[in-house]
Amino acid sequence: MNDTRQDTGRDPGGYRALHERIHDALGKPQVRDNFRRAMDGIRAHRAAQFPDPAYLADLRARAHAIRQHSLDALPELLEHLEQKLTENGIRVHWAEDAAQANAIILELLRTAGAHSVIKGKSMVSEEIELNAALEKAGIEVVESDLGEYIIQLAHEPPSHIVAPAIHKNRRDVAELFERFHPELPYTEDIDRLTGNARQVLREKFANADAGISGVNFAVAETGTLCLVENEGNGRLSTTLPPLHIAVTGIEKVIERLDDLPPLLEALTKSATGQPITTYVNLISRPRQDDELDGPEAVHLVMLDNGRSRIREHEELADTLRCIRCGACINHCPVYVQVGGHAYGSVYPGPIGSVLEPQRLGLEQAGSLASACSLCGACGEVCPVEIPLPALINRLRAEAVQSGPEDAPLPGRGRLRRPGEAIAWRLWRWLYTSPRAYRGFLWFATRLRALTPARLGPWTRYRSAPRPAARSLSELARREGFRNE
Amino acid sequence: MPQAPLKPASVYYFGTCLIELLFPRAGLAGMQLLRRAGIEVIFPHGQSCCGQPAFNSGYRDEALGVARALLACFPKDIPVVVPSASCAGMLRNHWPELFVGEPDEAQAVAVAGRTWELSEFLVDVLQLQLQDLGEPIRVTLHHSCSARRETGSARQAEDLLGQLANVELLGHAHAEECCGFGGTFAVKQPELSAAMAQSKCEAIEASAAQRLISQDCGCLMNLGGMLERRGQDIVVQHIAEFLLERSQ
Repeated sequence: MNDTRQDTGRDPGGYRALHERIHDALGKPQVRDNFRRAMDGIRAHRAAQFPDPAYLADLRARAHAIRQHSLDALPELLEHLEQKLTENGIRVHWAEDAAQANAIILELLRTAGAHSVIKGKSMVSEEIELNAALEKAGIEVVESDLGEYIIQLAHEPPSHIVAPAIHKNRRDVAELFERFHPELPYTEDIDRLTGNARQVLREKFANADAGISGVNFAVAETGTLCLVENEGNGRLSTTLPPLHIAVTGIEKVIERLDDLPPLLEALTKSATGQPITTYVNLISRPRQDDELDGPEAVHLVMLDNGRSRIREHEELADTLRCIRCGACINHCPVYVQVGGHAYGSVYPGPIGSVLEPQRLGLEQAGSLASACSLCGACGEVCPVEIPLPALINRLRAEAVQSGPEDAPLPGRGRLRRPGEAIAWRLWRWLYTSPRAYRGFLWFATRLRALTPARLGPWTRYRSAPRPAARSLSELARREGFRNE
Repeated sequence: MPQAPLKPASVYYFGTCLIELLFPRAGLAGMQLLRRAGIEVIFPHGQSCCGQPAFNSGYRDEALGVARALLACFPKDIPVVVPSASCAGMLRNHWPELFVGEPDEAQAVAVAGRTWELSEFLVDVLQLQLQDLGEPIRVTLHHSCSARRETGSARQAEDLLGQLANVELLGHAHAEECCGFGGTFAVKQPELSAAMAQSKCEAIEASAAQRLISQDCGCLMNLGGMLERRGQDIVVQHIAEFLLERSQ
């Protein structure tokens, strides 16, 4: 599933694998059309939520400050969060990496005698490849978010962090349902398809031994887990089964309950263009004796998986402000062409190109920073003002510049290729040596007829650029412009 | 955006490496527009590149070397005018970062503070008024991502074209999206770059425009090359060249 983890020995940075995936993606017109339509729609919805640029600027600044404070005060906030959650009766578990997180979850399920799990949508569970770990242990896992359920049937990873099945259109979904649920009537009608899924999933909800969900924000002040969703599946997954296990990254903590409204607004408006999601779940404790429903036990698994290390980097630490809204992805001109699977990583698009090389190391995923024209659209829409283009640029620098081995970014300097390094040195020499540069301009203009018609990949798609008959310096001198 | 000075007597002109060799008439047109407005234009000897290609490829030491050579071209406290939003953005927004901790950091920061993209300088400082002397024509404007987000001077380009009475300015689909040039991006991700350029070309062709105007020659090289390959006769032209042609 995670192609970037393969073949790094022969393909440092994963460039070759990335090029292959991009080539494949560009050869699928229907899927590209699905992405184009979906992104156009979602961009329009977001824009409609932010008619006033000054209001948006203020909201972004507030959301930025709240999230930055979370990172600045992370150790204290996590301690406070654990204390409050424990007081509320929610058990907290700490996982260094994916293997530990999966082991903790598996142990909780075993102890409870759970054989079937219903899941709400969770990108962290994708990050740790939880479903595979549970299935290997003989536990039945059913995704209850409609998009996640669709890709679970198709055995595909999500192509988007908010809308995991966005690459599929209704006909694709209809075919999947026909294959896996022949007992249900065939339909391409979206409402009927949703009805069919609901019918299948209701039974799973009712019979599941445990529910697993993600977390959007964990409030330290009150020990509250906030989870937003639109289908009610999150609420069912976290209330119907007797055991609820939430899993999230340690960076999701926020200090105060008052921080929640601006963050929720920034999140839902940026993500789907909704003023608020249909369901906002605030989970504070397991079921009490006088309560009619809710799980008997609630656990929170807090995953590090490189986040503490990323936090140590003076510039790249900004990555951790992310609230996973996907606005950067929705506005990315690269993503709209190739879609999420082309990235070959759990998190696609601009945030993925920044996060994954840090999480997995430059040797495995450094090439992702090259899948960007630095157009700046992502940084412009990010609700927590992560300077994504600057971070992508910084990753490119880290990839080719050697530095201390204990740097917080694994693989620093490992993608420096001798040929490229020499080319840039020659470039510097030419562009800082006035005589050589003028000579180059003279020859290039005088010998323009000899300009090669083929210039590598450029001319595979375009005609070759041709030097002018005279350079600008010469024209300027001829026209009598001062030159000092 | 720098603080708008009163109309200065003279300015430095940074022609950019791409324009120097491939689009000199665009560069010259910008100089002639400034001269016509009564500005003395100094084209410093020894200028080459702002360092952006290396900076965006991760080779910051090499970028710094080239940027430093350019910095030495602008000693006097007068505006630096650049007929490219991309290169102007490099000076204004990224030189301060590139030179941080260097002995010439203060000079780099000072130049960043007096750098102007050409359209921006024509509108905000010179309040240029144009009279359209040309035949009716349909054009579409491709805002470079740099004009939109690095210099924030997309509006000024629209303002200038809007002054031309016989020019019909047409929109095109997904106008806000990148054309796929991205400097070395076009070399490192050629298929991706071409797919983006292709989408942009299709939108431009559908607009029925006769010319494609932009503030950046990188985009024009990318789109012009592809339009030509696609057998289209849409002329691509830098905004300075177009403005000069229409008003003389």
